This record gives sequence, structure tokens and C-alpha cells, in this order.
Amino acid sequence: MEVNSKPGILKRIAGPVVTAINLDAHMYDVVKVGTEQLMGEVIKIDGPDTVIQVYESTTGIRPGEPVVNTGLSLAVELGPGLLTSIYDGIQRPLDVLIQKMGNFIARGVTAPGLNHEKKWDFKPVVHVGDKVTAGQIIGEVQETRSILHKVMIPPRAKGGKVTKINAGSFTIDEIVIELDSGESFPMMQKWPVRIPRPYVEKHSPSIPLLTGQRILDGLFPIAKGGTAAIPGPFGSGKTVTQQQLAKWSDAEIVVYIGCGERGNEMTEVLTEFPALKDPKTGNSLMERTVLIANTSNMPVAAREASVYTGITLAEYYRDMGYDVALMADSTSRWAEAMREICSRLEEMPGEEGYPAYLSSRLSEFYERAGLVQPLCGGSGSVSVIGAVSPAGGDFSEPVTQNTLRIVKVFWALDANLSRRRHFPAINWLQSYSLYMAQLNDYYDEKVSPEWNKLRAWFMEVLQKEAELLEIVQLVGSDALPEAEQITIEVARMIRELFLQQNGFDPVDTYCDLPKTLDMFKMIKTYAELAYAAQVAGVPPSQILGIKSKNEMPQVKFTKDYKPVLNKIYAGMEAEFKELRA
Amino acid sequence: MKEYKTVSKVAGPLLFVQKTEPVSYEEQVSLVLADGTMKRGQVLDTSDDLVVVQCYESTTGLGRDTGVRFLGETFKMPVSKTMLGRILSGGGKPIDGGPEIIPDKRLDINGAAINPYARGTPRDFIQTGISTIDGTNTLVRGQKLPIFSSAGLPHNEIALQIARQAKVPGSDEQFAVVFAAMGITREEANYFMADFERTGALERAVVFLNLADDPAVERTVTPRLALTTAEYLAYELGYHVLVILTDMTNYCEALRQIGAAREEVPGRRGYPGYMYTDLASLYERAGIIKGLKGSVTQIPILTMPGDDITHPIPDLTGYITEGQIVISPELHRKGIYPPINVLPSLSRLMNLGIGKGMTRDDHKKVSDMMYSGYAEGVDLRGLVAIVGKDALSERDQKFLEFADAFENTFVRQGADEDRTIAQTLDIGWNMFIQLPESELEKRIDRDLIKKYHPNYRK
Repeated sequence: MEVNSKPGILKRIAGPVVTAINLDAHMYDVVKVGTEQLMGEVIKIDGPDTVIQVYESTTGIRPGEPVVNTGLSLAVELGPGLLTSIYDGIQRPLDVLIQKMGNFIARGVTAPGLNHEKKWDFKPVVHVGDKVTAGQIIGEVQETRSILHKVMIPPRAKGGKVTKINAGSFTIDEIVIELDSGESFPMMQKWPVRIPRPYVEKHSPSIPLLTGQRILDGLFPIAKGGTAAIPGPFGSGKTVTQQQLAKWSDAEIVVYIGCGERGNEMTEVLTEFPALKDPKTGNSLMERTVLIANTSNMPVAAREASVYTGITLAEYYRDMGYDVALMADSTSRWAEAMREICSRLEEMPGEEGYPAYLSSRLSEFYERAGLVQPLCGGSGSVSVIGAVSPAGGDFSEPVTQNTLRIVKVFWALDANLSRRRHFPAINWLQSYSLYMAQLNDYYDEKVSPEWNKLRAWFMEVLQKEAELLEIVQLVGSDALPEAEQITIEVARMIRELFLQQNGFDPVDTYCDLPKTLDMFKMIKTYAELAYAAQVAGVPPSQILGIKSKNEMPQVKFTKDYKPVLNKIYAGMEAEFKELRA
Repeated sequence: MKEYKTVSKVAGPLLFVQKTEPVSYEEQVSLVLADGTMKRGQVLDTSDDLVVVQCYESTTGLGRDTGVRFLGETFKMPVSKTMLGRILSGGGKPIDGGPEIIPDKRLDINGAAINPYARGTPRDFIQTGISTIDGTNTLVRGQKLPIFSSAGLPHNEIALQIARQAKVPGSDEQFAVVFAAMGITREEANYFMADFERTGALERAVVFLNLADDPAVERTVTPRLALTTAEYLAYELGYHVLVILTDMTNYCEALRQIGAAREEVPGRRGYPGYMYTDLASLYERAGIIKGLKGSVTQIPILTMPGDDITHPIPDLTGYITEGQIVISPELHRKGIYPPINVLPSLSRLMNLGIGKGMTRDDHKKVSDMMYSGYAEGVDLRGLVAIVGKDALSERDQKFLEFADAFENTFVRQGADEDRTIAQTLDIGWNMFIQLPESELEKRIDRDLIKKYHPNYRK
């Protein structure tokens, strides 16, 4: 594609949407607006008019200024150097922007997404004479201590026999491979963000994305390559949950998009992540992370683009065969950006002023998740976890509803829980995971054959508790039958010991599967002993009053918890024996 | 300068001007009335044949004969250190009888977004002397923490108490208050001014007053002037600035008014679809910048229409700000001051500013325990209403009593009572005596219990 030399003329400016005339353009072409060359994107063509959304503030721009079409669509640079970076919504590195324009975001400044001067050590994995095809891995670069970057032939290349391949230290622009087809490639490739990167085929996910969070791994797991939504009113802990997932999930690469959210939150991530250790590799968490920060006061059109930028980076690492987790916080702000632009275009809105295409945009986005066989063979996955910020905390609003129609896992955050400091404030009765059936085999084989049964029993107790509490509300807890008084107590233990997890406690913040299983069993054991004692005629007040139970919270906060656990088991056995004697 | 007399339509605060030379977006405009009076406005929409101008002032007297002059620049305000101690109108003109501001600099009132990478982490604990804020919803420098209130509640008293008592323990850095009133009554304004004068706070304050009878459109400018001043004081002069914006509800009403006049497609309840972005462009101007000395901390106050926290104004605010302080009519009716309901209140940055070396090592755990204990007690009150207190288990009765004690000893305090953080936390521990230790152990480490629990301290 070549650059169109004939500039158009600006005709109208109203906020982030401007109209140009006599511009030869195609949909989603990137254009430079005005004398300051602000970056924009074509979103509507109407007779001689071309409507453009501008990624920067349009204050001070006037009709008559030129608009130049680059002829290219919005694309990101892909290559070594993405990890540990922090970008705005259109892949401008924020640290470079500070050097160029200071502490505040000014306009008309461009900065490439990758460092074009830095040299990387490239180790070829193919040889002269080998036949290579699109998407194939041709070499490796140690991008960070944690991640080996696989350099690939770009997806749309013809491919052919390798005529030359260079080993050594190169910038991302230097040619490292030449083919007999006449093609030659550097390490960097570009990809338009609005188009999904191709793969061979999509598979059905069957391995859980482990998060170290008991309620998620234990009760409502997400699969690698799956999709999940976290809706919740403000203050219910969406961001904290997203950050916990970004920290502890066992994905190899994490892409974290702060879309229209708070600046201070991104600062928190930026200061916290480098100091935290990845439980798998022991290296800094930042070394597997790419951050995209388009905060709420940054231009709204770039917010719209940020989600696409993020998922394209995720797909790129998926194509290398990695398991990638993408967190989008918050998809509601993305939807609002669409709404804002739609209303500036004076389009006929759908529900609550959102554009009629809201649902199809959301499904297109979530559909880019998945467990796939990439072009290079093997498997890679992108798991997408989207936060949703429903207006007024009402889940019946359009963004939540349209999201729930697509995603398979629903983690419903509950303001009532967060108010009583029950964290993570995920409501166990409303949430669900549709991956259970696919993941059963994994838990049976890899963890324990008991796992699925224990999980089912937990859910049953919690459901039963909800019913009993309704009765308690009417008649008081003493009026319940003895067995059900114990059920209430067991449910309380599940809630307080198992479901509540303290993200700020150095030990409790991450709970692996074996420990989760041990906690499942600990509560189950108490329940069995308690019911047996009750049947044997021990009064509930004595059963509920046993002392060894009070030690149980220590299991959560102790790193080597096994001795504590054994002491609890021994204590419970002794105490119950005494009660029944 | 060219003057156009081509006004074709006046609707609400908007003027439609035809066939002009190219005019830039958000350019400032002078409107010249037939009798020579000047009014100010701003370009909202510009194209070859039609320019939409929003007038900041009353549109009385505007008509087809109004002259329109485009000033060739966007809204810039003069700023200088001498603004401290001054009272300005909602449009930035001195109204205290003093001289014009002699500008040190002229700054764009819209500011610019702070690069997220340039932000410093807000972690300096601000002690307000109010237990329900310091203990359970801690404020830190660079935070934006709104007060959600309703009509008839003492939010102004609380805001003033914060402005009076706020300090960073062990620091004597330069501190300033920027106060922006939007659409409040003269009486309320007088109340604020009297308190500023009584306590001598005016000397280190800049006050912007847009009163209830001032033009509504001006309200959209007032907070921007205040924040521009705050940023100048903070980032150029090194002050720690506390910005109080009241009442944000009036600001949002003004936005809705302009949106309706422009015939925009409305979002929820008639408020413009871009209200989130617009509010964010104000609230996000709180913060700290790495390597610079000052900080901007914001306390916006808003009254929730119908005490409804899901109303678009508190709702969108809550999604942008770092928490909220919620004032409850129920506690107010019980005669408790400050009637802050901690359950729906939250400070998201609290964990950054508390703990060992900042406040005290037990702060987080004490706060969590108080929250869960109070929440449980409040739930039980509902149950007691049905089954009576005697039907509760012994454990539940203790929690019920805890909730009462919490309201009466922890929440309740005097309007001039300035509690240190240690006092606040110790009040918490003294209430914990009422609860069984096994309950405390669910949330608090044993070591901390041994260290602070009155039963062990003796």
C-alpha cells in the first residue's frame, strides 16, 4: 500500500470526531489530522465526507487544515521488547513519551512501539535449505529472563526455501532471513489490530488456567483459552481481582489493559509487579507482562483502540505457542467509548444510547480468545478475562447482558460481600463456570479423584445454607433442627476459611491446588465428624464449640501448613471422641 | 478583530453563528450585545458554514444582532502565587475587592492527562482526625476521595473539618486548599467563608465561588479553574494541595443542560453519554508526579438525588474516584456526628498508606475486623426486629452489641475533635474486648492480638 499524496481538507470539528472532504480513504485507514498531524482513524465514509475519530485532543484545530491519509490501517509493531513495556491505547510507549513531552500527555507526538536501536541476540533454529512457511518459528531471542521470544515468518508471507539466515546481534529492523521466494524478513512484524491473527484450528479448552485463588480454582474455574467476565458495582473489587489474576495465574504471558480506568491504579501495577516474583519462574512478574494504560482522561478514541491493541499482542505470543492471559479492565469503558463516538456520529442508538453494533463488537473481541493450533504447530492459547462495570451495579444493563451471552465463566462481584470485607467478593450463588465438564478429567487425573466430589459437596452446602438462612431470618437459628444447625456452621466455615482469601497476606494471596484440596478435605472432615457426633446424640452447642476448630484459620496464613493441619486433625479426633464418650 | 453579526439561532446557552472564517475547536469567544455589554463563550462545534458557541453567562439580551468575536485562543487562565488568600468568581474574576491577578503564567484550563508512567504512588497518609476516615477509609496524598451525601446532611461540616485538621504527621511541608463552589447558595458559601476566616485557613486558600444564581454554564468552567490553580501550586510551586469541589451534582446538571440544548442523544436519565469521560477529566487531575514535590488531593462533594447511590452522578463518580465516603441519613437521625456509614464507604488507596512505618502495624487488620464485625451486627439488627434479641445465640448478641458500640464510640466524635491515628486504633481495640478472641483470630494474627489487645496490655 502506498501513501496517498493528495491531502483532504478539514470541514468540521466537534470533539474527538472530525469530518474531512476530498480525502481518498478506506474504512479504518490511519490519517494525520491538521497541521499538528494528530493521529486518527477513518470510521465513516459519506459522499465527499470522510469521518475520522482522532486519538488525541482536538482543541484548537480549525476547518481548512489538511488531512493526510497514510493508507495503512492501525497496526502494532510485534517483536522482542514488548514485554515489560507500558503502552497507551495505540502502542506508544509511555516511558518514551515522557522523554519526548514531559509528565503530561501532549499531542502530535509519535513514538514507535518497539525500540529500534536495541540489539537482540538472535539464534536461528532453521538452516539454509530448509523450507519455511508463514507463521513458522525461525529463531529465538531471550526477551526477558522468563520468556524466550520466538521469531516467526509473518502470517501472510509466501514462504519458501531459506537462502540465508544470520545469527548474532541485530536490531529488530535488520534482515535475519532471506528466502528463495525473494522475501526477506527482520525480527519485527506489523499486524493491523482490528483483524484477528490467523491460526490453523481452534480446539476445545481442557486445562484450567490456575489462578491461586481458591474460589476460582476450586469452584468456578476458567480454562486456558477460555473467556470470563467479572461484573460488579464500584468498590466490589473488580480491579483487585483482575490484578490478583494478572499476578498469580499460571499463564506464561500476561497482557493487562487498563482501559478508561484510574491513573493511580496503573501506577500501583507498575510499582508492584516488578517487585513480585512469578511463582513459576521465580523471576519478576513484570518479565512476562505487557501493560496497556489508556486512563479515563486520555483521549476516548485511543481507549476504543486499546482493547484491540492488547488482544493483538496477546495473539502474537499465542502464535509462538505460549499460554497468554489477557485482562481487560474495564470493557464497560470500552463500550462507553464506542457509545461516545457513535453519538458524535449522530447514529441511531440501540439500548441506553449504546451503538446497535455493541453486541457484535463484544462477541468479535471475546471470540479472539481460544486454545488454538498456531501456524507453527503445537498449541497456544489466549484466555480473556473482562471486567464489566455495570451502571448502578445493575446486571441487566446492555454491556453485562451482551457479555454474558458470550463468555463461559461468570464471576459475579457483590457489593454486600465487599462491604463486610469478604474478599474476593465473588458471589458463590450467582457465579458459574461452563467449563466444569471439560475440566473434570484434568482434576480427576492431575489433582485427586476426590476433587470433583468435594467441589459438588461444597456447592450443595452453600446452596443449602442460603435456604436455611431464609428460615433463620424468620424463626431464629435456635429453632433449626440440630443437623441443620451444623450445616449452617459448616457453611460458615466454607465462607470464612475457604472462600475468603486475603490478597494482602504474603502467604494467603496465592493458594496452590494441593493446598486448596487440603482445605477442602479439612472442612469436609470436620463436617463428617460433626454430623456423626450429632447422630450419636451430642448437643450442637458442644459440637460447634470444639477448640481445635479455632486453629483452622492458621492454615491459611502459614507457609508450611502441614504441621498445623495435622495438629487440627489430631485435636478434632480427640475432642470428638471425648464428646461422644 | 472581525466581528460577526450572523447569529441564526439561540437555544439555551448555545448560539449558532453562520458563515465565518475558519474558527478552531474550543476557541474563546466574546459576545457583544447591542448595549455594548460583553459576554464570554467557547466554540463547541466548528465547520465551514456553522459554528456553535456556548455562552458561559446568562443569555439574556443575546439575539440576532449580537456581535461575535473569535479570540484566536483556547481558555487560558492567569495563575500566580498571589492567588493564595483570594476569592474569585466561578469564572475566575476577583470578587473580594482586591486587584486583578497579575499572571505569573497563563495556563490552559483543560490541563493535560498525566502520563500514567510519570505518576508517583500515593502513599503519604493524611491524618484527618476523623476515625471513620483515618481508621477505616484512610486518605492519602494524591487521592481523589469524594463525599457522597444527601440533602440535609452535614457534608459541609465534615469537609471543613477535614480541611481544618488534615495533616501528614511528622511533616511540615507547604499546604494549600483550593475550594471550588458550584451552584451552592450564598448562605452555604458564607458558612464556608466564615469558617475559613475563623480558622485563618483563608490565607493558604484560593476560593472560586459560582453561586446558585450564577449562570449554570459557568459551573462547567469553575472546577477546571480550580484544578488548574491546584496543579500550578502543586507541580510548579511544590505545595500539597487539597481541592474541595462542591457540589458536583450541580456541575453534572449543567452538563445535562448543555447536552440537551445541543440536542445530543442522551445516556442514562438524560445525562450526556460522555459524562464519564468528562468527570474523569476532572477527577483524574488528582495525583503525584514522580520527582516533583507537590501533590493534588481531591475531595469532591456530591449530593445523591433521592439518596440513591445508583444514580448516574454518584455511580460514574464512584467508578472514577479512589473510593467514597458515604454519609448516612440514618446515623444523622440518631444524632451521631460525623454520620459516616463505613459499610458502603471505601478508600482504594488505603493499603498503600497504612501499616508499619506509616501508621501502625495493626491498622489493616483492625480495620477489617471492625468492618466485618459491624456488618454482621447491622445484619443482626434486622433479625432482632423479627425474632427478638433473646432468640439470638450468645455469639450473635455480642456482635449486636459491638455494632452499637462501634457507632457510639468509634463513629461519634466532636466537630473539633482531632484524633490521632493511634487513638483511633486504640478505640478499635477497646471495642474488641466485647468479642470472643476466637472471632478476632479469624482476621487478626495472634502476635498483634498479644501486642495490642487490652487484656494482654494491662
